[in-house]
Amino acid sequence: MMRAVWVLAVLLSHWRRHPMQLATLLVGLIAATALWSGVQALNQQARASYDRAAALFGGVRTAMLIDPAHATFPQTAFVELRRAGWPVSPVLEDRVQVNGRSVRLLGIEPVTMPVEMASSSAIARNDLHAFVAPPGRTLVAPETLRDLGLTAGATPRVNDGAELPPLQAQPQLTPGVLIVDIGVAQRMLDQPGQISRLLVGKTGRSAHDLPDRVAGTTLQWVAPDSETDLARLTDSFHLNLTAFGLLSFLVGLFIVNSAIGLAFEQRLPTLRTLRACGVSARLLNAVVVIELVSIALFGGLVGLVGGYVIAAALLPDVAASLRGLYGAQLPGALSLQPQWWLAGIAMSVLGALAAASASLVRMARLPLLAAAQPYAWQQAQRRWLWRQGALAVAMLIAAVVILLVGDSLLAGFGVLAALLLSAALALPVLLDTVLRLGGKGTRAALPTWFWADSRQQLPGLSLALMALLLALAVNVGVGTMVQSFSATFVRWLDGRLAADVYVRAGNDKQAAEIRRWLAARSDVAAVLPGARTEVQIDGAPVEVMGVADHATYRDNWPLLHSVNNGWDRVHAGDAAFISEQLSRRLHLDVGSNLRIAAPGGEWPLAIVGIYADYGNPKGQVAVNVDALLQHFPDTPQTRFGLRVAPEHIAGVMAAMRAAFHLDARQLADQATVKTESKRIFNRTFAVTAALNAFTLGVAGVALLTSLLTLSGSRLPQLAPLWAIGMTRRTLAGIELLKTMAVALITALLALPLGLLVAWCLIAVVNVKAFGWRLPFQVFPMQLLELLGVAMLAALLATLLPILKLARIQPATLIKIFANER
Amino acid sequence: MSADRGISRRAFAAGLMWLGVGGARARAQGFAGLGGEASGFAPVVPGKRFVFPGDFGAHPDFRIEWWYVTANLRDAGGAAYGAQWTLFRQAMAPGPQREGWANQQVWMGHAAVTSASVHRFSETFARGGVGQAGATAAPFEAWIDAWRMVAVPPLSNHAFAPLHLTAAGTDFEYALRLDAERPLVLQGVHGYSRKSERGQASYYYSQPYFTATGSIGLDGKTIAVSGPAWLDREWSSQPLAADQTGWDWFSLHLDGGDKVMLFRLRRKDGGHYFAGNWIGRDGQSIPLPSDAIEMTPLAFTDVAARRVPTQWRITVPARDLAIDCAPLNARSWMATAFAYWEGPIAFHGSHGGVGYLEMTGY
Repeated sequence: MMRAVWVLAVLLSHWRRHPMQLATLLVGLIAATALWSGVQALNQQARASYDRAAALFGGVRTAMLIDPAHATFPQTAFVELRRAGWPVSPVLEDRVQVNGRSVRLLGIEPVTMPVEMASSSAIARNDLHAFVAPPGRTLVAPETLRDLGLTAGATPRVNDGAELPPLQAQPQLTPGVLIVDIGVAQRMLDQPGQISRLLVGKTGRSAHDLPDRVAGTTLQWVAPDSETDLARLTDSFHLNLTAFGLLSFLVGLFIVNSAIGLAFEQRLPTLRTLRACGVSARLLNAVVVIELVSIALFGGLVGLVGGYVIAAALLPDVAASLRGLYGAQLPGALSLQPQWWLAGIAMSVLGALAAASASLVRMARLPLLAAAQPYAWQQAQRRWLWRQGALAVAMLIAAVVILLVGDSLLAGFGVLAALLLSAALALPVLLDTVLRLGGKGTRAALPTWFWADSRQQLPGLSLALMALLLALAVNVGVGTMVQSFSATFVRWLDGRLAADVYVRAGNDKQAAEIRRWLAARSDVAAVLPGARTEVQIDGAPVEVMGVADHATYRDNWPLLHSVNNGWDRVHAGDAAFISEQLSRRLHLDVGSNLRIAAPGGEWPLAIVGIYADYGNPKGQVAVNVDALLQHFPDTPQTRFGLRVAPEHIAGVMAAMRAAFHLDARQLADQATVKTESKRIFNRTFAVTAALNAFTLGVAGVALLTSLLTLSGSRLPQLAPLWAIGMTRRTLAGIELLKTMAVALITALLALPLGLLVAWCLIAVVNVKAFGWRLPFQVFPMQLLELLGVAMLAALLATLLPILKLARIQPATLIKIFANER
Repeated sequence: MSADRGISRRAFAAGLMWLGVGGARARAQGFAGLGGEASGFAPVVPGKRFVFPGDFGAHPDFRIEWWYVTANLRDAGGAAYGAQWTLFRQAMAPGPQREGWANQQVWMGHAAVTSASVHRFSETFARGGVGQAGATAAPFEAWIDAWRMVAVPPLSNHAFAPLHLTAAGTDFEYALRLDAERPLVLQGVHGYSRKSERGQASYYYSQPYFTATGSIGLDGKTIAVSGPAWLDREWSSQPLAADQTGWDWFSLHLDGGDKVMLFRLRRKDGGHYFAGNWIGRDGQSIPLPSDAIEMTPLAFTDVAARRVPTQWRITVPARDLAIDCAPLNARSWMATAFAYWEGPIAFHGSHGGVGYLEMTGY
């Protein structure tokens, strides 16, 4: 035991002499753990909040009954179904204005609420009596309480009308929702005896057993998982995050690998001496592993703290993306579970062991006396290179096969992973080939040495260069995708938001008044009625959108392809355009037919066009607005767009605000809506971009540590050159040139790879994740910029070792001849 | 005396407490005993004249109330079954009944079917005011969700019969017709049932002479059954005793036609309080003195991580009663929000017969 402690003390002394190395090792571990665990924290946070939302709103776990033709239906349907043995529970819900903010008011019935939901929400265990008995309670997430600028116990007014029961903060709740008793909700929303939907608890019965008419209404069964299944909708988003987190983790491990490699290299004499002193290989190995695990534990812990910081920093962006894309509400504060900490530490330790495995294996087989044989080693490396090249080709073939066979998001990421891995494996082979070709083209002594030495240097650098290649390629890919996206999105927005002013009246009555009022004005060129309703197709919600037949839409609608007289066919009422998402999901194309369940019977529609509908998680069908109202007579006609000459927009809006007390939610001009949409969509990829930047930074650090490693072990190669008369400055210059040359070759290789990655993201991953495909565009300026950044990173990473070399003591170089192993 | 059975139906109050209704207030009153009268609720006073059908229905001015039926059934082949149907009502607050969702009544239903091999149960909750649960006097109907106890016209007001009784869970159902010729039995003194130690009381009447006929549905099979059944109707505003840890309660149909109700209240200090009523063939209900009853557990069953005495020796020397009771199914555990053991039993010894056993607080 004492012996082990002594061995450990000897080994640890190395770090005291090389604090910089210890720092790099820790930086690698910390960066890897922090990025990975940060992403995991975000995912965990989001998933937990989906569970909460689903538990409260009955999306995931329970079926629901709704009235497809009306927003609400009589609560006698609830009593009738209960008395027929159905375990249903009523919910009344609407958006309301509280303290100038729009929130969801959710009225629930806690006594009959299905156990599956009650158990995961705060309500069952809450004081039921206080909740249901006057004055009742308004349960709200603490974040929302803060957003509203209110404190617990306050009784704000709803829509400037009735006073809510006293607010009570409940940390488990989803933000943006106020929960009250159903009786209170009916009073607040002025909907006595009305409910929005019925949650169906566990029952042996199914939709077929439902009576045709309940309380005079035909109810529609909405199966679990089809309405607000946020977890499913957002899976792609989280897979995206996870993929980037994993990439960062791997790049971080590159650093760990090179730092451990360096330490091993430098500790070789010590290890040999220890072995010669009689320390068994087993004991030595065990102590090294213990040392490594201890360092990994420490680095992992610090990394977890870093991960927490990263997650907290990214959370607002992630929350904004999820809200913009899927309407998912994320609480603003991170809350982490113990598993997260354990998983992070485990990742750190396992990652460190994996990164050190090569060194550990070498050490286990360490001959007591071994001479440095760099060139022979490089010869052995050549065989290894061939094998690696073969593996790279195999991975490339795998990528192509997955691309051809796979049909899921996971397959999309599979293609990406195989492609990147193949490229990484191929990199040393390609570099070696390039350097060999360079060597052939020269006869002079120094250039010949230059090329040969570069090749000899490759094995030590290749891991770091791989990291650089991957980080750069992914950066190029993601950058190209985001640029393509924003270019396309702006054009698309121009097409979709063709009207100048958008109005949403509070109800049909007000809408009619507004329309009469508008008709009398000369500065309004056209009023374009719109209406939308929701139906179920194949168990998933689909929006049906009524579009006016007007030049505004005919000229601008973002059709991807359509039949020639598409708009005329739609105008006739028996044809529709469908969104790209819907077309992909249902495998429908122009010429196919679609049937929509309308209150009056099925509505057959011919599909005459497909249009882009970026960012909408639901499928959409665009039909003529009059035809929509004919088939869905109860659809609220509260939305319309106005065509107004630009100079009159401000005047018309001001007059409408004054006349009808419309707020910003109900009345908006095109510019505002566009800005808002762009803001949301810019944030969608903000997280990806941030992770991207982290990855590139980590790759730079990996390069730095590799070069530091090499600079120590390469002195024996440089000392003879110095001895034959080359100045240290020249040597340093040559070294710089060499590193920059390999880095440049790597970066140049990364560009086409990056474009391939971008194509994969756009044509495979995005299509699977979001249901739409962007036109692929290349942005040369962006590529140049990234190339510059990569070279700068390489330069920064090279500078430290080069400066060290330039200032090395001649004595050290002389010692090389004395000390050479 | 028999009013103490009121306490035994604490399952209801406890179940509601789980839901948060009443909460600490009811418990605090339990500790305070007499001093903690539930102010605002109608008091239970001697001398009430029971009026039927009026007293079949709900008494919302009182804090708690229940409709309770247990039936010992047999199929054509002689196999034994048990059925339980319970509707509880509790007012969250006194005062005039508020309309709609604001109504202060909360209802809870328990139903179970027991055979020698299975015990199936279900529970459900409802708020008053919207029609999901309730009890009307004439025409009589007590219901929660699809579970109903309803008069089959013409209803005899003195026998409270015939009634139709239905309940169903996800894995059982039953439909029984309850017939009786004999009049209802008013418990205690003309239905005013005093609790001897604390002066608490309830209004309480029973119909122990029901004959049930109908069918039980179990695992897709419909089984025709018949046998004796027992109904309890009780309402009170009184708080519950705080030092009672649980009780063991028996209703017995003796082969000769006599009916016996017995229970043992277990106190925190380890002491027991015995009480019971002997209801003769003539319909006379005579209280049994506390020291006249002996109840001894003979065997225990481990169920739901608890040790429950499921076999008993019962002796009432003054009545020459000495019987050994065995459960039809020792695992008749009601794993409801407030869990307890309730199931059919059979006994032999000085008398043979069947009955029901309820045990709480284990």
